[in-house]
Amino acid sequence: MLQKVTSLNPRLGLFRDQHVVRLAAILALLLIFFAIVKPKNFFGLATWQSMAIQFPEFGLMALGVMLAMVIGGIDLSVVGIANMTAIGSALLMLQIAPVGSDASTGYLALAAAIGLSLVIGALAGALNGILVAKVRIPAILVTLGTFELFTGIAVIVSGGKPTSGLPPQYAEVMASRLFGVIPMPLIIFIIGAVLVGLLMYKSAFGTKLYMLGSNETAAQFSGLKTTSLIIRTYMISGVLASLAGLVMLANYNSAKADYGSTYTLLAVLIVVLGGVNPNGGSGRLSGVILAVVVLQVLSSLLNTFPNISNFYRPLIWGGVLLLVIVVNQWGKNNNLARLFRWKGNAS
Amino acid sequence: MRSYLSKIVRANEFYLLLVIVVLSLIIQARSGQFFTANNLVDIANAMVVPGLFAVGAFMVLVSGGIDVSFPALASLAVYVTTRVLVDAGWGGGIWLPFLMAIAVGAVLGAFNGLFASRFAVPVLIITLGTASVFSGIMQGVLGSVQIPNIPAGMSEFGRATLFVAKNPQSGLTSNMPVSFLLLIAVVAIAFVVLRFTTFGRGIYALGGDESAASRAGFNVRRIKFWLYVAVGVIAAIAGLVRTSMMDQMHPTNLLGMELMVIAAVVLGGTAITGGTGTLTGAMLGTLLIVIVQNSMILVGIPTFWQGFALGVLIIVGTGISAVQLTRRNRKNSAALIQKGSA
Repeated sequence: MLQKVTSLNPRLGLFRDQHVVRLAAILALLLIFFAIVKPKNFFGLATWQSMAIQFPEFGLMALGVMLAMVIGGIDLSVVGIANMTAIGSALLMLQIAPVGSDASTGYLALAAAIGLSLVIGALAGALNGILVAKVRIPAILVTLGTFELFTGIAVIVSGGKPTSGLPPQYAEVMASRLFGVIPMPLIIFIIGAVLVGLLMYKSAFGTKLYMLGSNETAAQFSGLKTTSLIIRTYMISGVLASLAGLVMLANYNSAKADYGSTYTLLAVLIVVLGGVNPNGGSGRLSGVILAVVVLQVLSSLLNTFPNISNFYRPLIWGGVLLLVIVVNQWGKNNNLARLFRWKGNAS
Repeated sequence: MRSYLSKIVRANEFYLLLVIVVLSLIIQARSGQFFTANNLVDIANAMVVPGLFAVGAFMVLVSGGIDVSFPALASLAVYVTTRVLVDAGWGGGIWLPFLMAIAVGAVLGAFNGLFASRFAVPVLIITLGTASVFSGIMQGVLGSVQIPNIPAGMSEFGRATLFVAKNPQSGLTSNMPVSFLLLIAVVAIAFVVLRFTTFGRGIYALGGDESAASRAGFNVRRIKFWLYVAVGVIAAIAGLVRTSMMDQMHPTNLLGMELMVIAAVVLGGTAITGGTGTLTGAMLGTLLIVIVQNSMILVGIPTFWQGFALGVLIIVGTGISAVQLTRRNRKNSAALIQKGSA
């Protein structure tokens, strides 16, 4: 109970938060294990660069899911938004700069694609937000439905086939590295995370999000415009998802309606692992970012064992999610025996 | 009599039935193929597996949760069953596959149930986790592959037909599968359990308000646990039926079906927040979605549009019931205020 009260205040010192400390410890252990077991991979720059290219895909989605979860909702449509925007931008780029056009048209296409994807992301998010806030459909259902809807639109627009043949300028920009080291996707992720952080901790908007998440009725009675808050939150989530779509478009060098199908679970897993309360009102950005890094390191570690099939990955993701649920409960009760009793509520 | 009529007209199921009738008439007018014997039998045939799943998803929704793990659960249970029986060269009847699938399904359901009954985390998140554990076990640990030759008992069961419907014009025939009886039986059992047993009333009670149910003397944990065991059993039966009817074990065939089934149940008027809903509604919702999926080709809409149509259907269907709920709440609170000021 005490933990719940302290975590209600999002601005408390970082290291006083049990959850963040626990995650940091897990990350440290994981890194040590990695360094001991696979030193060659661990001390190679390429390992870290490939990680930095990969995790922004689901990391950006997780940031959106986190915002939705802080206000007591959830966004399961992020993968649909990402694929829809990726296909939309790919088609626009092909339209402006067909295969074989010169570099300046290519850059124009790139700029147009980025603009379009941000607009699509915001619109898709606004649809989610309006359905949640105005029509008052539960967020889970809204975003399950719009996931189908957006994926459906992606299938219709692309004809169900992968869209490829992008102008080389796109790949060039997305594969470029700041100072020759930091890959573009990581920069996008950092910008996204910093903006979300400013929004959550340095603006009134962020405080209102937590208020809305801990008690919607109270928030309404204290004069918050809950409808507009909810809509704006889902719009931000949509924009973050569309950025993820741009990163995916670059990483696969093509777009398809069913790319990244495991990311929905992964994003939810990251957010819960990062200590965000699924019922809303608490959770912090640092926890979520740590969770993203933990999962990416775990995933890269698995990749270094070629005899472990990729199909083990869902098992590990799911296992970690369940484990986190159990451990969180453990911390709350300090009493394992209560879990084995047959009487009482789900505590 | 009059109040009975007005009750029917106000019920969600009535509107759903109306939508289904209108939709069938439109499809009939456009294609002339809807009300043919073989098309109707085809729809009944296509409804067996989603219908069975819908019974399970309905029970969970009524209890106030959302289960997205049942396709993975069914796939794993049936994969284990088929693998073991094929390796053992089982040539006997269908009873053993059924018993095995039900047993494995019950165990996996109990796994869901342990988590759902003991942790105050939304069931959606728990089952997202267990779903990927189940499919990870199937595809990773067991290294699942397609099994083309399923045990003879299962393929016999899959081929068994009640009657054959023939389209006099096109000469096409469709078989009414025996498994349709299974759907009827499961629905009937679920109906009786939900309506006439303490366990069933408990499911509704804890969906309405968990702490109230607990105060009223329901053992919430036990009810939740056995609920998920039951759902696991139903899902495993559905998986076995699908595998038998396809005459091969295709491990990933069922995955991704959860959205469509949940949409069907919610369209049927089951409140996502739990506590209300009827099996009739759930079955009508399933029927509507099956009709939409089966008839798009009849009307000449490319199958590309299926996801889009499903999404619109979910949003519109849930939107209507959400608007109704808000309106009712507003009316209630307005009445309260009036009473207070008078």
